[in-house]
Amino acid sequence: MIGNFPFVAVIILFGLGIYTLIYKKNLIKIAIGITLIENGANLFLITLGYRKGAVAPIYTQAPEGVKMVLPTPQALTLTSIVIGVATTALLLSLAMIIYKKYGTLNTDEIRRLRG
Amino acid sequence: MIEEMSRIVRTITNLIYGFIIVYGFYVIVHGHLTPGGGFQGGAIVASAFALLLVTYGNKQTQNFLVKDFLSYLESVGLVLFISFAFLGLGATFFYNFISNSGGLFGSPAVIGINPGNLNTGGTVTLMNIAVGIEVLAALGVIVLTMSAAAEIIQKKEKP
Amino acid sequence: MSSILMHAPALVIALPLLAAFITPVIGRFNRKAISWFVAFILGLTLLLTLLIARHILSNGSLIYVFGASEVGLTLPSGYTVPIRIIFHIDGMGIFMGLITAVVSFLAAVYSISFMEQHSGLEKYYTLLLLLATGMFGMEFTGDIFNFFVFLEIASIASVALIAFRSTLFDEPAEAGFKYMVVSSIAALMVLFAVGLFYGQYGVLNMATIAKVLQFTHLDKIALILLLTVLAMKAGSVPMHMWTPDAYSEAPAAITMVLVAASQASLYALFRVAFSLYNVTLNTLTVGWIIIILGVLSMFIGVTMAIIQKDIKRLMAYHAISQTGYMLLGVGVGLAVLANPVALEKFGIKAMEGGIFHIMNHAMYKGLLFLTAGALFYRTGTRDLNKMGGLAHNMFYTTIFFIIGAAAIAGIPPFNGFASKLIIYESVYQFNPLLSIIAMLVSILTLASFVKVFHSAFLGPKLEQYKSVQEVPKSMVVAMATLACIIVFFGLFPDLIVKYIVHPAVMALINQAQYTATILGGM
Repeated sequence: MIGNFPFVAVIILFGLGIYTLIYKKNLIKIAIGITLIENGANLFLITLGYRKGAVAPIYTQAPEGVKMVLPTPQALTLTSIVIGVATTALLLSLAMIIYKKYGTLNTDEIRRLRG
Repeated sequence: MIEEMSRIVRTITNLIYGFIIVYGFYVIVHGHLTPGGGFQGGAIVASAFALLLVTYGNKQTQNFLVKDFLSYLESVGLVLFISFAFLGLGATFFYNFISNSGGLFGSPAVIGINPGNLNTGGTVTLMNIAVGIEVLAALGVIVLTMSAAAEIIQKKEKP
Repeated sequence: MSSILMHAPALVIALPLLAAFITPVIGRFNRKAISWFVAFILGLTLLLTLLIARHILSNGSLIYVFGASEVGLTLPSGYTVPIRIIFHIDGMGIFMGLITAVVSFLAAVYSISFMEQHSGLEKYYTLLLLLATGMFGMEFTGDIFNFFVFLEIASIASVALIAFRSTLFDEPAEAGFKYMVVSSIAALMVLFAVGLFYGQYGVLNMATIAKVLQFTHLDKIALILLLTVLAMKAGSVPMHMWTPDAYSEAPAAITMVLVAASQASLYALFRVAFSLYNVTLNTLTVGWIIIILGVLSMFIGVTMAIIQKDIKRLMAYHAISQTGYMLLGVGVGLAVLANPVALEKFGIKAMEGGIFHIMNHAMYKGLLFLTAGALFYRTGTRDLNKMGGLAHNMFYTTIFFIIGAAAIAGIPPFNGFASKLIIYESVYQFNPLLSIIAMLVSILTLASFVKVFHSAFLGPKLEQYKSVQEVPKSMVVAMATLACIIVFFGLFPDLIVKYIVHPAVMALINQAQYTATILGGM
């Protein structure tokens, strides 16, 4: 039962991220919400590779005679983190440009495109 | 007038940022043996740049980290990466044509538990270096640009 | 020659990527040379895609393995695991690849004149080449995590392009932010579904997942996630809020490429429903869900379009409505997939109509957006109330707009008529009400484009537009090419359906052939 706790954490992170996206009005908080969802997805990918009682999948000076966890989800997660960095950088740059042009970071007032 | 950071902060930064950059390059080059690789090492070096920015402010750091040069370095890293991929086109795209063949980074790969030989890896190590250069330049440009914009906005807000 | 063909799938991705990285270096030396260089590279990519298309349509699908010489890795025990990253191009993939190649080449040609005065031009072309790479990767890949990576590349490049003119105007940054939030959520849900597949079956190769899929509860969750978010990225109705903002604030050539990118997500939706799941799911239910999404998109898209004042926003709502046609056609095909008699009678024809409509829509919607860009380039406004009487000054633009508007309304002899007629006939045999709604939407489409034509082009010459001339030559060349393709497809639709569309439909339906090409000996 305790082994399922990472999956519960993934669900909690997703829930918090979606709550932030729907109910918060500040642009920076929306960017933080997307980062929370992305962290949840990365945690989910790494947890899929875990095997009970295994060590990190590195051959250099590893201990003898133990199992190793799966290395493929770690490569997938690394790619996803890099993409997340690019996404966050772009979101924050756009928030800075919006602040310079509109003078506010509140989504209730950034509504020039309507209809 | 942006106030300066205290003497303790400036002294520690002067001592440490070189070590952080060296540690970043260590992580980049040993990517095929220990955890790490191109992106992780590049991010560590970029965090050294961020440390300089926090301590000295944007104007002074711009004399040390020239934005045009970093932008050029990013293009160099990317072109190097894609040309290593093209060079393997004899067999197929992205083929590792250096490993197991002698030469730079070309010793045969050891499978199983081993103390680790830096000379292995083939195109993986060379691509790690190219990606590391590219990431440190790209993240450096991002951090420099954002701090420049933040200081302009900060000056505008404080009357 | 044959070695070029052997490496062509990788070169289609690698050439734009190499050019994207070299462009800033060229931009330091000579600013004007960048646009011609990019147009040249995208022209080479178009030639490579035509070469691959000729090979596939006569010989069957093409597989390219990255980094090794065969798809699987043979362990010492003799067991073969399909672990390499591959490009698996079949009839449907090369169909979308042709659309992407033509659209991105014409966007580069159009941008030679349209973006000439803008600063920071090398970044624009780098992002355009990265967007083209991302779209090609989405359409050619055979590995589901690789699809996620290319989806994110295309999304990030398109957001940066939408917000490109934010130095001149205020609104593009807001549109870019909204689109980035929507596409981030979509991509992360795709990653979650990839994690669900990997956790259960341990493989990432699409053909292998299709073979070992048992329809457990987790697979149902993955199906719902994938269908919802891929429909969201394609712009279908309950989730269409980003489309008018994003399409209207981007530069005109980029809007044309964005339409092709939305259709690449639509292609991924069909690939998931047909090649990954096929008859293991309850095709009638899922087919009806897709049909309902299609009908809602058609109707709401066109009714919101009639009341718009901004010309590009109006065309963006029409893009939503035409996506509904594609969803309707393919949804009918999916609904009868388990029923061989009905599939033979009208299912395959409905899918042919829907998929043919994808190519026609890219062509005429691209032409319409390019004419809207031409109007903006000369008059400086997108508001229909301010424009008027431009047919006196801009002769070629008027002709191209008439061709585009007739094509979208479904008037013979243009290509919209051909695909819409196939959809009407086959959907009528499935359920007559759907076909009647489709015809009604077509009439409303014609009405709104008559309104646009009257506002912008007809009427007396206005004072402030006295000195407006025709647009520069590269823009006219790009629009003329699209108009020629539209007329050609309209005059010979049976050739196009027999040689290009029918292999695509059979490649989608035939899941056994999709898996057997890769897992031949495993």
